[in-house]
Amino acid sequence: MLNFLATIGHSAISKVAGFGRASIMMFHALCVWPQPKTSIPLIIVQLYNIGVKSLLIIAVSGLFIGMVLGLQGYTILVDFGSEDSVGQMVALSLVRELAPVVTALLFAGRAGSALTAEIGLMKATEQLASLEMIGVDPLRRIIAPRLWAGFISMPVLSMIFAIVGIYGGALVSIEWLGVYSGSFWSVMQSAVDFHDDILNGVIKAVVFGLAVTWVAVYQGLESIPTSEGIAQSTTRTVVYSSLLILALDFVLTALMFGDI
Amino acid sequence: MRTRTIEILVGLFLVGGLLAAGLLAFSVSGLSGANSATYKIYAHFDNIGGLSNKAEVTLAGVQIGQVSDIKLDPQMLLAVVEMEIFSDIDFLSSDSSVQILTSGLLGGKYIGLSVGAEEDFLIEGSVIEDSQSALVLEDLIGQFLFDKVSD
Amino acid sequence: MQQNCIIEIRHLKFKRGLREIFKDINVCVPKGKITAIMGPSGSGKTTLLKMIGGQLQPDAGSVKVDGACVHDLARKDLFSMRKKMGMLFQSGALFSDMSVYQNVAFPLQVNTDLDAQLIRDIVLLKLQAVGLRGAVELMPTELSGGMARRVALARAIALDPEIVMYDEPFAGQDPIGMGVLVSLIKKLNQSLGHTSLIISHDIQETLSIADYIFIMADGKMIGQGTAEQIKQSSSKEVQQFINGNPDGPVPFHYPAVDLLEQLMSKDR
Repeated sequence: MLNFLATIGHSAISKVAGFGRASIMMFHALCVWPQPKTSIPLIIVQLYNIGVKSLLIIAVSGLFIGMVLGLQGYTILVDFGSEDSVGQMVALSLVRELAPVVTALLFAGRAGSALTAEIGLMKATEQLASLEMIGVDPLRRIIAPRLWAGFISMPVLSMIFAIVGIYGGALVSIEWLGVYSGSFWSVMQSAVDFHDDILNGVIKAVVFGLAVTWVAVYQGLESIPTSEGIAQSTTRTVVYSSLLILALDFVLTALMFGDI
Repeated sequence: MRTRTIEILVGLFLVGGLLAAGLLAFSVSGLSGANSATYKIYAHFDNIGGLSNKAEVTLAGVQIGQVSDIKLDPQMLLAVVEMEIFSDIDFLSSDSSVQILTSGLLGGKYIGLSVGAEEDFLIEGSVIEDSQSALVLEDLIGQFLFDKVSD
Repeated sequence: MQQNCIIEIRHLKFKRGLREIFKDINVCVPKGKITAIMGPSGSGKTTLLKMIGGQLQPDAGSVKVDGACVHDLARKDLFSMRKKMGMLFQSGALFSDMSVYQNVAFPLQVNTDLDAQLIRDIVLLKLQAVGLRGAVELMPTELSGGMARRVALARAIALDPEIVMYDEPFAGQDPIGMGVLVSLIKKLNQSLGHTSLIISHDIQETLSIADYIFIMADGKMIGQGTAEQIKQSSSKEVQQFINGNPDGPVPFHYPAVDLLEQLMSKDR
């Protein structure tokens, strides 16, 4: 029994220490004097690797989710004679919740795991150590551009997800199910508020982007430099990010929409 | 990959994001372009019955402004609704009347304005005298039963 | 002891977890010569290099490079001291997203203000020194292991460092690759006049070029001297290591119970 408690205590302490290490890493990577001439080209390359390459899966997922929302929403609302409100339903669901959360989950799976694997491999092949020996801080050269690219990509991807989803929902509702397009858009417009809904959704996306990229980069740096170690770190990235996203979503939703 | 190609793709990516943001702002949330100039008018009501902030103010069904504040007047014990009307709608006669209407069966409340015959117009700070409160379901039922009884 | 030690390690102690890796290490690497530190696998040779480079802190003792105590330096001073050292990692460690040219040019671009044309000339000269000037446009994935290692060597000497450290340079090389590296290390040491420190467990190759050798095992130095002195050493541990005897002070059998006992107990 005592052993069991000791194990739990040890595990908890090492998790807290890990969180501390992760914070120190973040601080060293980001809180530096900006050097635009060197960092911007690096960030652009990472924006391509992290953002542009995730675009396809995000857009396609957004489209399908929007269309399903339109379909399901219609079947429910038509019983109340309120099928004109399907646009409102699709838009609010997407903008407030689904766009930031689903985008973040997909992002964690695609970009997050790729980040962890890449950094883990760089650690295993001693590229990070080489950088240190050459006199370059790997946190600034390798880690920081990836962090910034993650922070910028997430909100962009989330908004694209939302808009593609809404148009997908519009496609299904208007063309297929026969909802009048005028009322579809006008009911939506009067229900969706820019500050309360759209901006809050973007804020969520930024927070999720921070969380996912942070976890991914840290897991890569901490990975054991063997193939098995990298595989474990990659899995951990996806699992921890996903849990973190869902937990943060609850907290943010309560803060933003709880007092309505 | 060529640096040039990467830069172009990243640029497109960010432009796509801006486009999405713009569409979300204007098509989805109906954000009205510039913060159009508005002037404020007021009206008193016995019962606002579920009217909320940012509800539409319409004339003949066309939106001419929105509700910007709802307060209680402690002296008159009536609800005071402050409305922001677009500045280019400057031809509302000073004897206009307002009514709290319901949009659709389950819809939200909004304000409908009807113009009167006076030649003076409503300006910043004007108060509308003639107001009709919201239809409250309980009063309606009470009315119906009362009528029934007296039959 | 030699005079003029450019790297001086005194009474080094280091523990990783429960395992004591260094118990009391004393090393003097003389300036301008080729020094080798040898020992069996797991004796902590790579850890020693990391201590010299300031990537790990000792538990006790001192590591001095060119008179300065490495583990006492501030982050900034440490980074500038590292520019005096070039390191060839065991895996080559070329940056996989950059071409051969960009890899070798990287230390120059980052640490100097030289213009692009001058950097290009230096890169080509360094690649010429290792015999890979023709591979300048290739990507690391297109190189063989030996070629990658030579490019990494070109990168390590790009800034003309005072000390070049080789972490297991001969590991996994075919005979020709081995010969190439041996001759390169010797040639560069003579022509560029830097100090070479080789970490290895390849006896023949290392003994053929090293001026002075240290042999490490069990966290201590078990032998040191020139190649001749080592070969004639009276220490049993050194002899077993040099000759590659399967049994000796380092036993063949992992500690276990008596064989007969174990076989008999299974019958029950």
